[in-house]
Amino acid sequence: MVEAIRFRDDIHEEPAVSLDAFLDQSNATAVRIEAGEDARLLLPLLDRISLVEIDFPVFGDGRGYSAAQILREAGYEGELRASGDVLVDQLAYMRRCGFDSFIPDAPIDPKVMEEALARYEHVYQGTSDQRTPIWRHRHG
Amino acid sequence: MYQYDQYDQQMVDTRVEEFRDQVKRRLAGDLTEDQFKPLRLMNGLYLQLHAYMLRVAIPYGTLNSKQMRMLGHIARKYDRDYGHFTTRQNIQYNWIKLEEAPDLLADLASVEMHAIQTSGNCIRNISSDQYAGAARDEIADPRPWAEILRQWSSFHPEFSYLPRKFKIAVIASEEDRAAMRLHDIGIQLVRKDGELGAKFFVGGGMGRTPMIAPEIRDFVPADELISYAEACLRVYNRYGRRDNKYKARIKILVHELGAEEYTRQVEEEFAHMKTLGLNPPVEELARITEYFADPAFEGNAPDELDLSDPDFKLWVDQNVVAHKQPGYAIATISLKPKGGIPGDASSAQIDLMADLAEQYSFDELRVTHSQNIVLPHVRKSDLYAVWQKLDEAGLAPANLDLITDSIACPGLDYCSLANARSIPLAQKISERFADLGRQRELGELKLKISGCINACGHHHAGHIGILGVDRKGTENYQLLLGGSAAEDTSLAKITGPGFDEDGVIDAIETVTDVYLEEREGDERFIDTYRRVGMARFKEAIYG
Amino acid sequence: MKILTGNDLKTGDVIWWTGSDWSRHVENAVDVGEHGERILHEEEATRRVNAPYIIDAEQTDDGPRPAHIKDRVRALGPTVRPDLTLKPADPEAGNWVI
Repeated sequence: MVEAIRFRDDIHEEPAVSLDAFLDQSNATAVRIEAGEDARLLLPLLDRISLVEIDFPVFGDGRGYSAAQILREAGYEGELRASGDVLVDQLAYMRRCGFDSFIPDAPIDPKVMEEALARYEHVYQGTSDQRTPIWRHRHG
Repeated sequence: MYQYDQYDQQMVDTRVEEFRDQVKRRLAGDLTEDQFKPLRLMNGLYLQLHAYMLRVAIPYGTLNSKQMRMLGHIARKYDRDYGHFTTRQNIQYNWIKLEEAPDLLADLASVEMHAIQTSGNCIRNISSDQYAGAARDEIADPRPWAEILRQWSSFHPEFSYLPRKFKIAVIASEEDRAAMRLHDIGIQLVRKDGELGAKFFVGGGMGRTPMIAPEIRDFVPADELISYAEACLRVYNRYGRRDNKYKARIKILVHELGAEEYTRQVEEEFAHMKTLGLNPPVEELARITEYFADPAFEGNAPDELDLSDPDFKLWVDQNVVAHKQPGYAIATISLKPKGGIPGDASSAQIDLMADLAEQYSFDELRVTHSQNIVLPHVRKSDLYAVWQKLDEAGLAPANLDLITDSIACPGLDYCSLANARSIPLAQKISERFADLGRQRELGELKLKISGCINACGHHHAGHIGILGVDRKGTENYQLLLGGSAAEDTSLAKITGPGFDEDGVIDAIETVTDVYLEEREGDERFIDTYRRVGMARFKEAIYG
Repeated sequence: MKILTGNDLKTGDVIWWTGSDWSRHVENAVDVGEHGERILHEEEATRRVNAPYIIDAEQTDDGPRPAHIKDRVRALGPTVRPDLTLKPADPEAGNWVI
């Protein structure tokens, strides 16, 4: 069972500050957004951020998926972490929306995770993970 | 109709294996019910009143005879020999065993069918006009657009944990046969300077707070359809209410923001989305459209019909409508026999309808949101033979759009959300108004029955609606008048205090009597109601 | 009286707690008194029942009768399909529900 999952090599030890605190102070490089907060407020500041942590208070609250997409669509390349009620059966969709690290409340079985992430060879729609949608395979 | 290529097939097959694994983990205790529930719901598996219930998707209500036969096979092998066709053009099975569900899904996948996203807070099965591809009044076949949307919405990673479920309908004619404006997104195909595009209506729905969707954009070109839909969904996913399940549908967001402000936010998002390369090229729409090309109609099929059999004539008058191709007709098979359960069909009936489709309708069937089945392309010279076979199987009630062609949700007989039974009311009404002459005298009269305020039986959209409620532990029924799900969309109003089962049926009889007294010319019930107003009916009911 | 009900995890069948096991027949249900929550947690944890809950019922000559119509429908089966209920041969069975 694993408690932290990362799909990138760089490591950030700096604790993430709240969105309000981040917008107030100019030197933090890690920020945490709660589910209802507007990720777009970060867009002017992306070049100084190396970690965005997005919280999932309950697994059914899907706002974080849009927040992640917004950041990646705007060109954010730093770490994008999902924390909170993150379940193994959600990881594949989170990866598709640009998350590349996870700190789930409950540990995840790495074997189940591996299977879940490898399961779908193709995808129907374009998202920020840049996988090739099926329609592009069809039409070259 | 559409056929899977290797990609579509692989997606569905993979989903079966994924679900098989999830079921295995649940049975082994690796998943709690709380964790498993959203996973099974995302695949249409509910825990209902008596057992697990599985909802199988019938994309835009279209299926071929092989698929229909598979639905019969599933009824026999995994259920109790019948299925229930729903108001979203799907089919439900009421007695499914969890341990058998993966095998059932594998059987479905073998005929290009699935249960993906038939429940859960995600984009559900796309519904459409049951006469698509056959209707005289359509400007194009809406189904290729629905198929584009089906593929886009399947396994959409950003929009699978929305505030609430999300339903999309696509039509392509002025006459609305799909309750388009009562969907979260209603799309009407339109032409602008010769180019085909989509008019968007957003924020309609029934449920506790019925709303008619306002138009938010008059034209979205084909190659921007997906980015526009993404924009509509993203605004909803971010700002739809999550604090109260009953206020979480997009209609509440659109209503609270106002259509104008919601539209402004969508347009802003759309301007950004357009730059992301999300839209399949027009070649993809063209590829899909080819699958929906007209079948090989006979150019000189005779257009006359021998109506000398009076019972056949009644059926033709009521259940058959004009086809775009001379010599052909669209025939509706009513699943509303006297005393029957609206939308239910036995496996033998399902098989027969499949056989008829194969022999007489270019292998195609449709499911309607009124819980009937359509043979979309029948040669007029074959209609009599079709009717005879239907009649033998109890499938030829000549009551399309009449008072006994009611919509009813499963109600308290099957549904754990229900407060009252719906089906017994439909049955009793069909018996009270059994006389076909009387039904025809009343003309078009859409009766819709829900067993709770979630409104699966569309009571808000009934010319006459019935809403079952729980009054101190006993079933009580409220009567509503004046709704419509057609292009003249309107929401029904409650007449007053509720009734018991027999009382509400008496009240309906009173209402129909008032209509017959007040009717002018060839007014339909709904027209008379709109002209005369509620007071006249109320006075007659409550005295 | 308080009785326990839920569904069989594998088959989905409606089941009732008999004091030592689960039965498809509400007639076999027993009064759990104050112990409902405890039994329910134990039984759910061992997956002998799915989505269990405690309901009020009345003890009658024919056995426990759930207080709410919904649970009486669950106990018998759909009133509109007597052939699919637990008492297909009894035409009056539906009256017990109403």
